[in-house]
Amino acid sequence: MNRDRPAVGDRFRRFRAGRRGGEELAVPPAEFTSYYGRPILKPPVWTWEIAAYLFTGGLAAGSSLLAAGGQLTGRAGVRRAGRFAALAAVTASAGLLVKDLGRPERFHHMLRVAKPTSPMSVGTWILAGYGPAAGLAAVAEVAPLLPTRGPLGLARRALPPVGRAAGLAAAVAAPALGTYTAVLLADTAVPSWHEAYADLPFVFAGSALASGAGVGLLAVPPAQAGPARRMAVAGAGLELFGAHRVETRLGLLGEPYRTGRPGRLLRAGRALTVAGVAGAVLGRRSRLVSAVSGAALLAASVATRFGVFHAGVASARDPKYTVLPQRARLDRRAADPGR
Amino acid sequence: MVDPPHRPAVPPQSSLPAADPATAAGWVDAPPRMGFFTDTSVCIGCKACEVACKEWNGVPTAGLDLLGMSYDNTGALTANSWRHVAFVEQPRPAGHGTASFAGNPTGDPAGPASAARSAGTVTQPGTEPGLLPGEPPAAARMTEFLGMPAAGPPGRTGSAEGRSDFRWLMMSDVCKHCTRAGCLDVCPTGALFRTEFGTVVVQEDICNGCGYCVSACPYGVIDRRVDDGRVWKCTLCYDRIGAGLTPACAQACPTESIQYGPLDELRERAAARVATLRERGETQARLYGHDPDDGVGGDGAFFLLLDEPEVYGLPPDPQVTTRDLPAMWRRAGLAALAMTAAAVGAFLGGRR
Repeated sequence: MNRDRPAVGDRFRRFRAGRRGGEELAVPPAEFTSYYGRPILKPPVWTWEIAAYLFTGGLAAGSSLLAAGGQLTGRAGVRRAGRFAALAAVTASAGLLVKDLGRPERFHHMLRVAKPTSPMSVGTWILAGYGPAAGLAAVAEVAPLLPTRGPLGLARRALPPVGRAAGLAAAVAAPALGTYTAVLLADTAVPSWHEAYADLPFVFAGSALASGAGVGLLAVPPAQAGPARRMAVAGAGLELFGAHRVETRLGLLGEPYRTGRPGRLLRAGRALTVAGVAGAVLGRRSRLVSAVSGAALLAASVATRFGVFHAGVASARDPKYTVLPQRARLDRRAADPGR
Repeated sequence: MVDPPHRPAVPPQSSLPAADPATAAGWVDAPPRMGFFTDTSVCIGCKACEVACKEWNGVPTAGLDLLGMSYDNTGALTANSWRHVAFVEQPRPAGHGTASFAGNPTGDPAGPASAARSAGTVTQPGTEPGLLPGEPPAAARMTEFLGMPAAGPPGRTGSAEGRSDFRWLMMSDVCKHCTRAGCLDVCPTGALFRTEFGTVVVQEDICNGCGYCVSACPYGVIDRRVDDGRVWKCTLCYDRIGAGLTPACAQACPTESIQYGPLDELRERAAARVATLRERGETQARLYGHDPDDGVGGDGAFFLLLDEPEVYGLPPDPQVTTRDLPAMWRRAGLAALAMTAAAVGAFLGGRR
């Protein structure tokens, strides 16, 4: 499986070795050709809003799962925190997505069609289902503040069951919301996103769980935060496992995840994840340590999402990530036409 | 964890009939698939195609743009340049590949250093991502003689001894109108559609500028205008061909480098042309994008090239990203299950 991948890495290491030393430009190694070194692909036009949405979408998904768990196991504090965080995150998500459009006033054109070949269309419909459910679940939390009589009294009685149903509906949609964004990135010609399609969903699922757990650790006393701690451990495990595979399995195309700004962001994300999980587990008696750990997990998720985002952009900007893997593919096919 | 997904090196046959994308898209009694065959061996780099395209389609200008890297001052296909004439200078006899040259015949006026310097030049075409700077080392490596020539044609020194072989490669690039078009597959609004001629066109009244197609195009063609927020690209002159006219660029081409017609006919013509060129000793002549079995199911606009595709800024083995989409959804489904299981386990897995 992928027996050719190391060869690409080797070629690249030779290319790097050839570039070091004195007359860099005068004796360039002819490892690949390009048109004046300019990119072949157009890098994504998406800006920070989309990277931020990767975080807020995952946060909403993780929070809704946390809230549903709290709802079903009778942990009112966990439920309330999860529902409010989910509503805030999904509201921010919608704003970020609309803001990133070239024509924001035409955002509703997304609702003209439902296209399974477009992860963005699939995501639109996931959000269209999830958003109102998460919103209703959060609104139901204000029921105890309503007067007991009159029309608002009716709402006071009706809201809790509606909120329970909506909370469960949001939790059903949440795993789809937390993982489709990986397909959104992978279903592009951006080399380091596309080739990572097998592992990115696990990075994003783990990151979503860890950020949801972060909300729990921040919002509820340590005595109630047991599930959040366990969710943090599981999420961090998934995320670190996926990220390790992304960085090591892709040969040359793993390089953008390890170097430059994306490399720094992903290392920071990993360090914060490890610190957050360690704090959550070891500091389980301390409110302060738990809260700081929760904040670290949220920051980790932000760093990881921006790291993955910028790694893809970097891979599209440099023609070597387009030419070398495609050349290697052609060589493989030429060596073994039957495959 | 399951093994990394194995993908055959040869793309599997699409479930869609590659030959007739218009019928596959639902058109009834579609006319023959129309396309371009761009024969770069007769391109003279006059850029009449670029100008004719802008005139007919009302594409905005980018003002005075000088890139300083060659006679190419357009740089790339953008939302404001739907034809782009690439211009490559190679100090090697016709018929040789990229690796045969050693030594710089004319000295200082141009070379790897000037190529590296000019790689960083950009203009503002009013689009995003538009025209991006190149990597200086890669530009220096592109050919070993680059940049604006000196006062006289390069290699002409007045004496037979000093003369070197030299060639210019020119190629009018355009949207490929892929059989399996990534841009069309990922468009979430339905703004991109397949015409009855098998071409791929953006509906400007629908596009909301989400930019997904920009990232999905394996050729880096489609691009967004900054001032209007929508994506634009070659329409293969949908308005002209619907009225039985030839697209503006092909109409304007003085050497018939750009040929327009039914794709079947163009493929036959191209096969004959490449055979002729090889007979004449042009061993590097090859077709690009003509093969219905390639990673995008064949291009509606294909090319005859005289060197490797990447020399012209084309990807050597493009593949439509949605080919792997079923595998992507499967992996996402697995991750979603893992996420659900982790959440359930977190609440059932202990008392505290």
